[in-house]
Amino acid sequence: MKKKLATVWLDGCSGCHMSFLDIDERLLEVLQFFDIVYSPLVDFKEFPESVDVTFVEGAVSTTEDIKKIKEIRKKSSIIVAMGDCAITGNVPSMRNSFKLNSVIDRGYAENSDKHNKVEFFDVPPLLTNVLPVNAIIHVNYYLPGCPPPADAFYNLIKSILNQEKFDVFQHTRFGK
Amino acid sequence: MKKITIDPVTRIEGHAKISIYLDDSGEVSDARFHVTQYRGFEKLCEGRPFTEMPRLMARTCGICPVSHLIAASKACDEIMGVKVPIAGVNIRKIINYAQILQSHALSFFYLSSPDLLLGMDAPIEERNIVGVLNRKKDFIENGIFLRKFGQMLIEKLGRKRIHPDYIVPGGVESPVEESIKDEINENARLCIDKALYTIDTFRSVLPAFEEEIRYFSHIPTYHMALSKDGKIEYYDGDIYIIDPEGRIELKFKPEEYNNYISERVEGFSYLKSPYLKIKGYPDGIYRVGPLSRLNIAESCGAEVADRELSIYREVAGRISNAAFLNHYARLVEIIFCAEKIIELLNDDATFVTHTKANAGVNFEEGVGVSEAPRGTLIHHYKVDRNGIVQWANLIIATGHNNLAMNKGILQAAKRFVKGDDIKEGFLNRIEAVIRCYDPCLSCSTHAVGKMPMMVEIVNNKGERLKEVRR
Ligand code: SF4
Repeated sequence: MKKKLATVWLDGCSGCHMSFLDIDERLLEVLQFFDIVYSPLVDFKEFPESVDVTFVEGAVSTTEDIKKIKEIRKKSSIIVAMGDCAITGNVPSMRNSFKLNSVIDRGYAENSDKHNKVEFFDVPPLLTNVLPVNAIIHVNYYLPGCPPPADAFYNLIKSILNQEKFDVFQHTRFGK
Repeated sequence: MKKITIDPVTRIEGHAKISIYLDDSGEVSDARFHVTQYRGFEKLCEGRPFTEMPRLMARTCGICPVSHLIAASKACDEIMGVKVPIAGVNIRKIINYAQILQSHALSFFYLSSPDLLLGMDAPIEERNIVGVLNRKKDFIENGIFLRKFGQMLIEKLGRKRIHPDYIVPGGVESPVEESIKDEINENARLCIDKALYTIDTFRSVLPAFEEEIRYFSHIPTYHMALSKDGKIEYYDGDIYIIDPEGRIELKFKPEEYNNYISERVEGFSYLKSPYLKIKGYPDGIYRVGPLSRLNIAESCGAEVADRELSIYREVAGRISNAAFLNHYARLVEIIFCAEKIIELLNDDATFVTHTKANAGVNFEEGVGVSEAPRGTLIHHYKVDRNGIVQWANLIIATGHNNLAMNKGILQAAKRFVKGDDIKEGFLNRIEAVIRCYDPCLSCSTHAVGKMPMMVEIVNNKGERLKEVRR
């Protein structure tokens, strides 16, 4: 039986997902052991009931992110926080040092044609403070880096598969 | 009134959902593309030294960080008032070609080839890269090769594949060793072969997509791109805007963008809608990206790519407004990038050891423009005398296409969605319209929606009467 792999994308730049793809042809090897059951790469719209390993990119920055990450925790055996955004908040959390309104106003009032406040609807409201993933849920593995290098992904996946110990700092570090 | 929601839109680079509104008789009356992420880079850079901008702003996007590094560095070059040494310019160009090549490979092979090779109606379990792999292994292997070539070249020069800190204000950090030449030349030639083979495959399936060509965001719009001497240009040159028939409407210097482009905010999306000031909103709808670049340039300016361009034009005509043909245009551009990489590697100026100009703050404002894989990218900063950033404005490639994406999904929805007969494959077609633009949404909102695919039936007062999940 193949194991089930999911990848999720919260508030990040997709660089961590790209670094994952940077394992290049080793992707074919990974696909021999894992089915991708939820990811921006496949078309399933619902997170499956039980997933073996879920990689999470990005920080938590909207009310929907909170809902989503809690649901994912319930349904995943192992959660890997991939990249500095998921682990510390990194770049997205730089907005925490400003008032949320002033962040929204810069983008949507100052830098637009009407220069007035906009009421958003049908899009998830932004949180006042961007949070790292482990502020909301328990995380099993941390893979730091911005993004973590492809080899780190590959080796972590292998360790999980072979139930071996994974020494993260052999492969990556914060800000790498 | 009925509302269909596709959420999340998959096989695109970012967070989005789509709403389709049906009137009482079941006809599509409106469609909206919602981008659900906002990070506020234009604010969070405030108070940081301008020299940090390239590596900070690169974090807008992990797929095209190099284009951000270049646009940001060019804006900083302006603030310093320096001329970048020729080796620095050449190396920046090579890295950008490498990135456009890898990003196009990602879009074509990893994200869109399932629709193209397996069909829009293929079962959802198979309609992904693994499904294509099972059917046509060599095809996907070529895709992996192309993407890897681009990423490795970025790493060779910039020491890191994603977010290399190597492109900096004034140029690039260090010279490039001539010893890398042979290996890269050889692999770039392989890229050309593989892309040619892919074009053959693509052309063999193209007749099956007549409807998609006609109804996937096939709308008359203006087009915008950098261009120089009638050729494709990603780094220098002027910004050209042509009308839907191909006549030049505007031509201006990148730093004048503000005189010609304005941005509107719609409350249903965190992605703004830029438009041409002289035409107003929303008539000033325009597009950017591979299709627009091939519309604007007379020729590519590289041998094999030009040969392929003329074959492409047998299908597309001299000017095309069919968003679907972006897929084809990407393949032509992959060849163009590989040829340009070879050309620059054979230019001795590339290996000169002086790669960076140094200066402090000499001007309080700078605009930097670069073509990114998805189109024209604009960074604009204002700093104080100490070089501390006070304000920033970014207009990102995907943003320029926002109006066209909205209009495009409405066109496709009207064609493919009728009443209660909502087949999964039809909804996939609506998403596929978006995929033609290869939108990079993390990028464009500098700024997860996760709800299952859901059909809501809402009455005229907006009360929900029924909900169907799939
Ligand atoms: S950690 Fe870095 S690469 Fe990963 S999502 Fe955040 S900014 Fe992007």
